[in-house]
Amino acid sequence: MAETNGSSSPPTGTTGSGTPEPPHAKRMITFWLIISLVVDVLYYTLAGPHMPPGDMTSAASGAQFDLNILMICALPVILGVWTYLGYALYNFREGRPGTLLTGPMAHGNFRLQVGWMVGTTVLVLGLFVFGTAELIIPAGAGGGEGPDPIWTPTSHTVLPIQVIGQQWKWTYRYPTYGGFETTSLVIPDNTTIAFHVTSLDVIHDFWAYQLGIKADANPQQDNVAFTTTHQLGQFTVRCDELCGLWHGAMYGFGHVVTKAAFAAWATRTEAQLAANTKLLPPFQWTYVPDANGADGGYYPDNVDPYSKVEIYGAQKAKV
Amino acid sequence: MAIDTTAPEAPLGAAPPPAAPAPHRPVWLQQNVLTAIVLAVAGFALGHWAGNRIAGGYPNVAGASGENEVAICLSLGLGVLGWLLGIGALNYPIAKMFGREAIQEPYNPSWTRFFKFSTDHKVVGVQYFFGVITFFFTAGLLAMAIRTELLYPTNHLIGPGTYIEIVGEHGTMMMMMASSAVVGPLGNYLVPLMIGARRTAFPRIEATSFWLFTAGYLVILTALPFGGFPTGWTGYAPLQTQASGGMDSYLVGFAVIGLGMILAGFNLIATIIHYRAPGMTWARVPVFVWSILATSALLALATPTLVTAGLFGILDRTAQTAFYVNERGGSSFLWENLFWFFGHPEVYIMALPGFGIVAEILPVFTRKPVFAYRVATAGMFGVALLSFFVWQHHLFQSGINPDMRPLYMLTTELISIPTGFIYLVTLGTLWRARIRFEVPMLFALGMLFNFLIGGVTGVFLSDVPVDVTVHGSFFVMAHFHYTIMGGLIFALFAGIYYWTPKVTGRQFDQRLGKIHFWCMFVFFNCTFFPLFILGLLGMPRRVFTYAANLQFLNDFSSVSAYLLGTSFLIFVANFIWTIVIEPRPAPANPWGSLGLEWQTPTPVPYYNFERIPVVMNDPYHYAEADADPVADISLPPPAVAMNRPPAAQAIEP
Repeated sequence: MAETNGSSSPPTGTTGSGTPEPPHAKRMITFWLIISLVVDVLYYTLAGPHMPPGDMTSAASGAQFDLNILMICALPVILGVWTYLGYALYNFREGRPGTLLTGPMAHGNFRLQVGWMVGTTVLVLGLFVFGTAELIIPAGAGGGEGPDPIWTPTSHTVLPIQVIGQQWKWTYRYPTYGGFETTSLVIPDNTTIAFHVTSLDVIHDFWAYQLGIKADANPQQDNVAFTTTHQLGQFTVRCDELCGLWHGAMYGFGHVVTKAAFAAWATRTEAQLAANTKLLPPFQWTYVPDANGADGGYYPDNVDPYSKVEIYGAQKAKV
Repeated sequence: MAIDTTAPEAPLGAAPPPAAPAPHRPVWLQQNVLTAIVLAVAGFALGHWAGNRIAGGYPNVAGASGENEVAICLSLGLGVLGWLLGIGALNYPIAKMFGREAIQEPYNPSWTRFFKFSTDHKVVGVQYFFGVITFFFTAGLLAMAIRTELLYPTNHLIGPGTYIEIVGEHGTMMMMMASSAVVGPLGNYLVPLMIGARRTAFPRIEATSFWLFTAGYLVILTALPFGGFPTGWTGYAPLQTQASGGMDSYLVGFAVIGLGMILAGFNLIATIIHYRAPGMTWARVPVFVWSILATSALLALATPTLVTAGLFGILDRTAQTAFYVNERGGSSFLWENLFWFFGHPEVYIMALPGFGIVAEILPVFTRKPVFAYRVATAGMFGVALLSFFVWQHHLFQSGINPDMRPLYMLTTELISIPTGFIYLVTLGTLWRARIRFEVPMLFALGMLFNFLIGGVTGVFLSDVPVDVTVHGSFFVMAHFHYTIMGGLIFALFAGIYYWTPKVTGRQFDQRLGKIHFWCMFVFFNCTFFPLFILGLLGMPRRVFTYAANLQFLNDFSSVSAYLLGTSFLIFVANFIWTIVIEPRPAPANPWGSLGLEWQTPTPVPYYNFERIPVVMNDPYHYAEADADPVADISLPPPAVAMNRPPAAQAIEP
């Protein structure tokens, strides 16, 4: 809801008594303008730089900037209503000396109503234009964009990493390094990354908090999210879509390392896991959901996931 | 203006009681809640037997823990049918089907009418009140269990399995309860009184909606013995397809409750459109009735999607269809879309009646007309209409229709415009008023405070880049608790404190009421405000474990939640003491309201109005000495007198 500062010009009514009313509206607006300015400035300078999700990547700093702008718009709205409520409840309460015996019979106020509607509409449309720009310019703002993203990064060197969700763990495949699969998420600094998120069973949601990345892991669906890393360090990964019993335990950590360290790690891991990679299904963007994901199996094997009997053409799960 | 001063036929058609009362049936043949329980149990057993006979040999319909899904679904379905048969909800259609007249029990004013199938809208309202309170407290206890588990980041008091069951059960029960929280008790009780009608349009349908509501409560409770459901209230497939027997309770329960919601919605729509008294023009309809009309429209139009989606889910689990199974040609996106196409109008089903109550109550306690009445109705219908065009904002990160995200961001943010109308109306009504801080007024003001925070945080969620951080986190959870609990439930309590003197003729202790308000208001905010911060700090919803540095905020929220739960005990004690044990008689019109409902005698007679009132003004002309009275309920309506023989108007309560 976005009541604007339309609350600034309250309705006028006919007074029931002859005593002149104090300038309520002027007092409220003055107080509201001052307090809004103070709170907004304090927020932006003190809290703003520390707001989540931080500035580890382009998507994160974009989301932080967006959050701060929204807060700067929202705080005056909240303060406006609070100012009005506080002022009205104190000054217009029954039994206060000088209270009107009969309130003014304002059934409406055309100018105020139109002003309110125009004000809220302008604010809302402004937020919409701003939000859309913040979504499109940074290539989807770190959110999942489906299999064919229409807003893509300008960089031509994008590192693809496949994120595979299954009950209840995350694994990662690096297609540019032979498609090895690992439980460690390591990404290079100052690089644009394309996370290709998919699932082997139910819907999960890949949430790399400090990277500003969130994308649903849907079975048989490739969901792409982009970001560009800016800082070295550790980040948290959590599953953000309820996926069953151990959903709460489906978390882990990833690391942003230097490009050289990443290259060394990836080459070394590729060699170490070469024997495993041969056993994996060939790298694909999606996999047929696996019957035994929850039971500890890793790989699709064409078994019907929800039934205890074989269906036509199915192979028995390898135990 | 559809109906002006000409009297509609319908209100009087309802009036005369049966000339020769039907023979009194012996006690053991009377239908009440006991016969309903007996037949429900019988239906449950029959369904279980039949299900095992039909599908016992098919391992495909065995769930994860080996139970037969067909047997569970059939037993729940036949149990509900038995419940309806036992209470007598189907007597009339069955008798008509065989070309006979249904036996109609004579009106019996004893307390036993509350345990029977009653077509008196006032009895249904009171039944709904106790049903909603039971629902609310059951789900509230589950919330206490959730907060207890979250006291420690890694030590587990109830464990992940029970935790996920309780989270799903709490969410589903609260959503089911909140859909009818105001429409059920207050809507059914007050709408006919407010529009000058003697009954609702379809009393049998109205009563059936209540007994479906109770059946839904029982069905969703059976999820616990069946092992619960792991999906939360959103029931996402394919987790839904994978889940064990408790999932059937979820799907059948939502279908049953949904059917009741559709029926309740249609009944109230027809009542409000056709049963308004002469002179009750659209411009004189109370704001509360407008809000119920908008809500009923949503109930009737959105809920069928839920029932259909649930039916697909039941078919997937029993008949082995593949609506939501990706690898057999279905789509897990289908459930997400169907569910939220219902789910987003649903959240306005839970918000609009709150707006209505607050806008209805404020003029009474400010002694002023409601400010910008037409803007209020436009706001409510604007919200209702737009609510059908926003559902995909729940799927911003899902990867479906990524290029449509700006559109859904726009429609979602547009909703804040009509919502803002409600604030214009309520704040305008406070302007230079004479404000009395009675208990209902305090709850109404509390609703304005809470819903403001809930609404503004909704704009954050609608903004896609910010949503990347807050989607699915505790931020969302705090947001919708601020709108539903802080908005609807606060408004509901405003309504309970406000209209109880009308319903019971008894008055709550006002001091205890104020203590209840302040405890509930303070501890509500202490419970849910920290959850915004937790969400921003990266805590996802529905997790049983979290980062150790978030423990303080979680513990603060948990302790506040216990105190919030305790504050309801003050209400219960107040209710039991001053309404039941030591009744305090209320004045006829304790708040000095102009509303038509306050002009009937207390307790309200069976036929509400001795004569159909002629409405002459809207009920908001406070402190206007020269305003017309709201209605003349003593004169026989001239238009009616011309059309009807006088005998038809005589009422024998």
